Amino acid sequence: MSGNHEQMGKTVKVRVFRGEGGQGALKEHDVPVTPGMVVLDAVHHIQAADSGDLAARWNCKAGKCGSCAAEVNGKPKLMCMTRMDTLPQDQPVTIEPLQTFPHLRDLVTDVSWNFQVNKTIPPLNPKPREADGTYRMAQMDIDRVQEFHKCIECFLCQDVCHILRNHKAEDFAGPRFLVRNAALCMHPLDTEDRLPDLKDKFNLGYCNITKCCTEVCPEEIHITDNAIIPLKERLAGRFYDPLAALGRVLKGD
Amino acid sequence: MTESYETIQYDVLVIGAGGAGLRAATEAAAQGARTGLVSKSLLGKAHTVMAEGGLAAAMGNVDSRDNWKVHFRDTMRGGKMVNNWKMAHIHAMEAPDRVKELEEWGAVFDRTADGRILQRPFGGHQYPRLVHVGDRTGLEMIRTLQNHSIHQGFGIHTECVITHLLKDGDRLAGAFGYWRTSGKFVLFQAKAVVLATGGVGRVFNFTSNSWECTGDGHALAMRAGAEIIDMEFIQFHPTGMVWPPSVRGVLVTEGVRGEGGVLLNSQGERFMFRYIPEMFAADVASTPEEASRWLAGDSTARRPPELLTRDVVARAIRSEVDQGRGSPHGGAFLNIASQRTPDYIRRKLPSMYHQFMKLANLDITKEPMEVHPTCHYIMGGMRVDAETAHSRVPGLFGAGEVTGGMHGANRLGGNSLSDLLVFGRRAGLHAAQFAAGQNGFAAIDPKQIETAQQESLIPFHQAAQGEKTENPYQLLADLRTMMEARAGIWRTQEGLEKGLQELNTLKERASHLSVAGGRAYNPAWNYAVDLHNMLLVAEAIMVSALHREESRGGHTRVDFPTSSSDLEKVTTVVNLKDGGLAWKKEARPTMPDELKELLK
Repeated sequence: MSGNHEQMGKTVKVRVFRGEGGQGALKEHDVPVTPGMVVLDAVHHIQAADSGDLAARWNCKAGKCGSCAAEVNGKPKLMCMTRMDTLPQDQPVTIEPLQTFPHLRDLVTDVSWNFQVNKTIPPLNPKPREADGTYRMAQMDIDRVQEFHKCIECFLCQDVCHILRNHKAEDFAGPRFLVRNAALCMHPLDTEDRLPDLKDKFNLGYCNITKCCTEVCPEEIHITDNAIIPLKERLAGRFYDPLAALGRVLKGD
Repeated sequence: MTESYETIQYDVLVIGAGGAGLRAATEAAAQGARTGLVSKSLLGKAHTVMAEGGLAAAMGNVDSRDNWKVHFRDTMRGGKMVNNWKMAHIHAMEAPDRVKELEEWGAVFDRTADGRILQRPFGGHQYPRLVHVGDRTGLEMIRTLQNHSIHQGFGIHTECVITHLLKDGDRLAGAFGYWRTSGKFVLFQAKAVVLATGGVGRVFNFTSNSWECTGDGHALAMRAGAEIIDMEFIQFHPTGMVWPPSVRGVLVTEGVRGEGGVLLNSQGERFMFRYIPEMFAADVASTPEEASRWLAGDSTARRPPELLTRDVVARAIRSEVDQGRGSPHGGAFLNIASQRTPDYIRRKLPSMYHQFMKLANLDITKEPMEVHPTCHYIMGGMRVDAETAHSRVPGLFGAGEVTGGMHGANRLGGNSLSDLLVFGRRAGLHAAQFAAGQNGFAAIDPKQIETAQQESLIPFHQAAQGEKTENPYQLLADLRTMMEARAGIWRTQEGLEKGLQELNTLKERASHLSVAGGRAYNPAWNYAVDLHNMLLVAEAIMVSALHREESRGGHTRVDFPTSSSDLEKVTTVVNLKDGGLAWKKEARPTMPDELKELLK
């Protein structure tokens, strides 16, 4: 815990975006620094001290629920997992709402679009149980699915994805829901053919694997390498492989 | 004058979208009821998401000696015999089916070598019983339920707070509240309501609970005329983080001990061997050597004492600290690094590894953690019928932490997630049946709506009326400090009486709560509304604790350090009468002989 004690008694300048519907400005506060303090602690301090109505989402304050996503010094982060002592100490800390989603108030944005996309993904369609009533799955066959299930739906990957952020491509599912599709595609029990949807409904092809999503994932899911690229390979194998296409023609598929 | 509001009608309204609420709504919809689900947060963020260690179900996949009878016995003994035995019975019988159902809906649990669901050892469970996904089982469960439920055709309303239940005579008529994003009011007319609002942990200073756990359902139930039981029984989870201050209280999963982690004091002593209660002595290793054999897989060896029930371990850690043998920041050392390889630790406890690395700069594969008890769960809550989850208010049902009885004086780890599913399903089923038997909606009394609106909006008018004003954040902090001091792990008559006096002062201050700004997403206003629930719940806890003059499970009276066989036979019941809190002791129903047999 080196370094913490030196900070005692110090204050840091914290600038928080205040406003509604995208209109507003940064407001600066002096916040006392305590050992191990995270950005969400600074927000709570500001609320209790003089800005009771500062709007911010949070729930668990332990990196498990993904509610407190924001842009700290311009980078998408969970406020509860970002320690103040990992940020440059000689300049103010800036906290802004996620930029990709419609702004509601202060640090809160309207993320409902994500929930709408999720609803368009067909649920697991499981194969029948074994004769003894169980489902048998080898641990090694589910390791990858379990990696994807670590997702806490903070939507930082959606926020940083340039296809959503800059191009506002609402017909693109975004990294979060490509990961969810990958989890279903690789689920040993699933019987659904998900590739046509990935191609035409979720527009997997829009992704040009810049890996920005992987970089911001607080759960360290290898979104690009383990989810998106394998899905792209499956898609290519099905729809763009000339030999496979010839095979389908011959088989009359 | 009444402000205009939106009206939404459902056969069944479920309040709360954690495990219990999602399972209840899914079942009610499956029964054909027009169902709505209300959540205080976004979907999938409820406190269930934080559950770590697992879900208890006697499937016998790892040790075939396990079955519902052993699970029932463990639950009753863990609850120090004051559980509602009907609930404990139903829970033990039905939990395995609820697990299988989750798997069918997409949950991917860790596997045994032959590909079945793996089960891990946990405190108070005789055999390895917890179905799990590393140390993020709650996330797997809530996401599975969420992704299943969005296709079941029920309405989902997020970031909505219910402030009042409305009644028509004895019968429940609906629920009134506001949208957090706009601050506008909404009325849900419903033939049946299921409370699935979770716990009350935020009334304590150090807690593993998220901001939502403000006892809303407990308070709504009391105000609607329901009875609340067992409020003195609070679970202080033995292992919360201690350092740095920012994370004090954050949970360290019991899975650390399930995977072999040992507890040490500042002298390096494995002190739990000195705290084995008589009742459990036969089931627990008597030497570190025997505990090591258990960890190595010797089925003749008994479990390590670190896996005693949570109430026992929490008191032991606190006693070591009180006697001057604590760690540098006032806790105990929890060491898994000495017991397992770094690789194993990262695989089975990934989020603990991550949490300590990120927040405490500490590598748990190399160094011990510092831990101290943290308020985690309330065993007490609304009294419901075991079979139907129906309270004594017609049309008001409940499931999960907001209800009382299932866990007695102390809940076993893993029994909460299974409780949510077993009784969530039952609450949804019976609420749907109740609604189907109703002839239309009950009448809505405009007077009740006017009162509800006025009560919610008072904090906006105080300053303008020249009243003295109170900051909700300050009042909240003071309430939590008071509860930690007066109703924490150690309790005394003197402390509780002082606490009740201090509570009166806080209640008086609460009548002056004042907030600035508008109604849209205003957390100060949200707290000001929630605080009235928290104050009522705090009073119920202290009154119940004052009148149980013994120590049992999650209720430790320093002035009455032992358990009383007379008090084992009674339940503390509180309710609101003429505006004040009334309490009584009631005889517990006797257990039938065939269940008594199982406890021997």
